[in-house]
Formats: sequence, structure tokens, C-alpha cells
Amino acid sequence: MEAKISAHDLTVNHQGLPLLDDVTMDLPTNRILGIIGPASSGKTTFLRALNRMNELQPGFTMAGLLLLDGQDIYAPDFDVVALRKRVGMVFALPVPLPMSIHDNVVYGPRLSGVRGGRLDELVEKSLRAAFLWEEVKDRLQTSALRLSGGQQQRLCLARTLALGPEVILLDEPCSGLDPISTAKIEEALAVLKSDYTIVLVTNNTKQAARVADETAFFLQGRLVEHGPTQTLFTAPRDQRTGDYITGRFG
Amino acid sequence: MRVHPRYTQKAALALLGGATLLTVAVLVFIIFFVLEKGLPVLSLSFLFTNPQDMGRAGGILPTLIGTVALPVLALAIATPLGVGTAVYLTEYTRESGLTKVIRFGTDCLAGIPSIIFGLFGFIFFVTVLRLGWSILSGGLTLAFMVLPTIIRTSEEAIKAVPASYREVSFSLGATRWQTVRKVILPNALPGIVTGVMLGIGRSIGETAAVIFTAGSSLRMPHSVFDSVRTMSVHFYILAREGISNQNAYGTAAALIIAVLAVNLTAYWLMNRFIARRS
Repeated sequence: MEAKISAHDLTVNHQGLPLLDDVTMDLPTNRILGIIGPASSGKTTFLRALNRMNELQPGFTMAGLLLLDGQDIYAPDFDVVALRKRVGMVFALPVPLPMSIHDNVVYGPRLSGVRGGRLDELVEKSLRAAFLWEEVKDRLQTSALRLSGGQQQRLCLARTLALGPEVILLDEPCSGLDPISTAKIEEALAVLKSDYTIVLVTNNTKQAARVADETAFFLQGRLVEHGPTQTLFTAPRDQRTGDYITGRFG
Repeated sequence: MRVHPRYTQKAALALLGGATLLTVAVLVFIIFFVLEKGLPVLSLSFLFTNPQDMGRAGGILPTLIGTVALPVLALAIATPLGVGTAVYLTEYTRESGLTKVIRFGTDCLAGIPSIIFGLFGFIFFVTVLRLGWSILSGGLTLAFMVLPTIIRTSEEAIKAVPASYREVSFSLGATRWQTVRKVILPNALPGIVTGVMLGIGRSIGETAAVIFTAGSSLRMPHSVFDSVRTMSVHFYILAREGISNQNAYGTAAALIIAVLAVNLTAYWLMNRFIARRS
């Protein structure tokens, strides 16, 4: 099967310090890839390389190749705005924009010129897919800031889905959430993977074991091991992977 | 010898409370002093009739027009320029030597005495550009005078918009300009309005720069090319030349009420805007 995303010798430096060192891997289509690893192991840097968010901050340089459907997304003529619509992102902390629930969901589509009744359809479809519709359908015009943390994160997921992306990047989306909200997000992801390629960075190895089809273990900017989740958790090839998932460090 | 924290606490409370009280007392005293002398003169006919005999009798209608026209023109020019500069400095450039120089320049501009702006306006707008003593010359001069305030307050307001909002907007496929328009400016608006209000306050009260550039004609202006007298200038001339102390205080009272009204309206608008968004 053709890889949706493939990284070749991907290296990212920030002000001369390597954050990501020579990572080569293929990401399968319509699967969930879990990325685990201790703090500052390069998980988030890798994720943010996939939709070119790193370059928004000064001091980042990169080398290597990142292909989306075989196209180099760092090529000079590659449209970064279009890329971010194809590769959506949900951040660690839910950041609803200070506007209504409805306006949050349609923020991206409106920028692309979608208008009128199409927007309402998108709102319902996206909120349903994020398992939030039933809770907010009667108050779409109220401020998104009034939602609970778990609802806000599902709103952020819906907002990303409304872009109609092909890939969804999630950066520790459940780190600030209670177990019930976490379960709802995981439930949504399990359904969504049939339509999207999902990359889930998580601090919680159990979460990767629960929802990811494949798992990659990062350590100090390097990819240590990448394989089917079942294999990686039961029979890791690398000693360090085993130590991390059994909680010996991290 | 060490003073017990209980006493230093009391002393701090007394000093800080005293400072606050003194500030408020001075403000209240000034307002009451002016209103007490000026309110008896104030009436609708004082506001809306033409002055007679140099302002000894009659009303202040032309100065009312001048007081509205100059700040409106000044802010209409300075607001887009200032907010645009602030957006450029914060969103479109990275912190560098050049931005530091620009920022230092605006800070210096803010500290220049208004009479120097008046002199500049007189030489450049009135004489070189041959605009004469006019609403246009005065408005342009005031615009440059309030520009630094608007730039710096807008800059601070824009910087206060959380960086995460920008990230989210970019991650949703927004361009930089779309992010500025949809997320940054709406969230920075209360701060920007504060800067504009400060600008209005400064230009309404300005006297020196206005005499040099808009002149002090008491005739009713018919276009932006006519000279005009503002209420502050009128007050200055009435009091300074001993024409009519009574009418001077009447003018001052009208001016203070106008400033209060502008501020209250701005606060009201801002609160409504904030309430609608959260």
C-alpha cells in the first residue's frame, strides 16, 4: 500500500540544537499512528513538521524530505495554506477562538469561501463526527469559551474535521482531559480512521496501546522503533522501547 | 531596628490609599471648579449660536464645529496609519534592529512637545504645502501628534492576543492577513479603542499646535480649507486677552463635558463589544 506520508532522513534543528535527528518512516493510509516517547523526544516537532507549523517560530531549520502523497511539502512552490487544510491539527490544550460554537467550526471553510446553508450542514456533520452534536445542538450561537474542557477539545476536533482534511494530527489531545472526555475522543478517533490518516502524539502509552494501529517510539530526537502496536507493546525489538513502555524511565 | 510587618502593612495601606485619594480629589476639584463657574453660562443657545463681539457675547457654535472637526480628521488619518504600522511591526516582521529603531522613533515622537508639532505643521502644511491656516492643516498636524500613542497602544493590544490563537488560525489554513482580520484585530479592538480615545483626548485639548496650524478664526468654516477656532483655543484667547472670563469658563465646561461624553461612549461601546463575544 502506498504511504500517505513518508519522511526521509528528516532532521529539524532549533537554534542549532537538534530536535529531530534523521527520522525515516512511512505513515500508512487510514490508520492511526501513535507516537510515544518521553518529554523532548521530538514527538511534537515531528508532528508539527507534517503541517509546517515549526516554521512559524523563528530559529527552526530542517533537512531531509517529507512527502504527502508523493509530493515534497517543503518544495518552494508548495502552497502551505492548502497543505494545512489537507493536514489538520488538534493541539494539546483546547483553544477555542473567542467566537460562537458555530463560528469556530466554520472558521476554516469560511476562509475558503464556503457560504450559506453549506456551512450549517458542515457544522452538524463535523460536530456529530466529534461526538459533540447532541450536547451543543441547541446552543450553537453561544460562545465556545463557555464549554467545558472536554467539550472544547471535541470542538477543536470538529473544527479540524470541517476543513475536510486527509490527515489529522493530534498533539497530546487528551493531556488536560478527564477519563470520560478522553474516552469520547478515543471513540471518535476509532470511527474517523476509516476516512482519515491519523497521527496521535501521546504521553500516555496506554492510550497508544488502546487506539493506535501502529506505534512509533521516539527518544532524544531519534526514531527508535516503529511497528504494529501489538508487536511493539508485546515484543519490542529495542531494549529502550521495552524499558519505556514498562515505565522504567520517562 | 526592625519594624513589625503589621505596622509596615498599615503604613503601606495608608500611603497607597492616600495617593489614590489625592489623585481622585484633584480630579474632582478641577471638574467641580470648572463646572461651578461654567455651568451657569452653559445653555443650548450658548452652544448653538454664533459669537458676537470677539466672544464677549453670543455663543460658541464655530468653536464647537472646530472641536469636532479637528479630532475627527486627525483620528481618521492617524487610526488606519497607526493600526497598520502596529500590525506590520508585530505580525509581519520579526524583532530586529530595524523594528527597534522604528519603535524608538515612535517613542521619541510621543515625547516631542506639542508646540514643536505646531511649528512643524505651520512650516510644512501651512506654508510649504500652501494649505494655509485650515482644518486640514490642523487635522494633519494633530494626526502626526497622536500617531505614536495609537501605534504603541495598538502594538501592546495586538501582542496581548494569545499566541495560541494565531497558531490555531494558521493551522486551519488561514493566511497571515486572514488571521489579522478575523482573529487578531477583533481581539485587540478594546486596546486599540483605548489608544484612539487617548488620541481624541489629546487632540481635543490641544491648543498650541492648533493655533499654529488651524488658526483662530471665529467665523463659521465652510470647508476643510477654512481656518477654525477650537474650544480650547477659544478658552485660551478669551481668558488670556481678558475678553470674557465668564464665557471662557462656559467654554471650558462644555469642553470637559464633551471629553467625559466621549470617554463614557467609548467605554459603553467597548463593554458591549466584549459582552457580545464572550
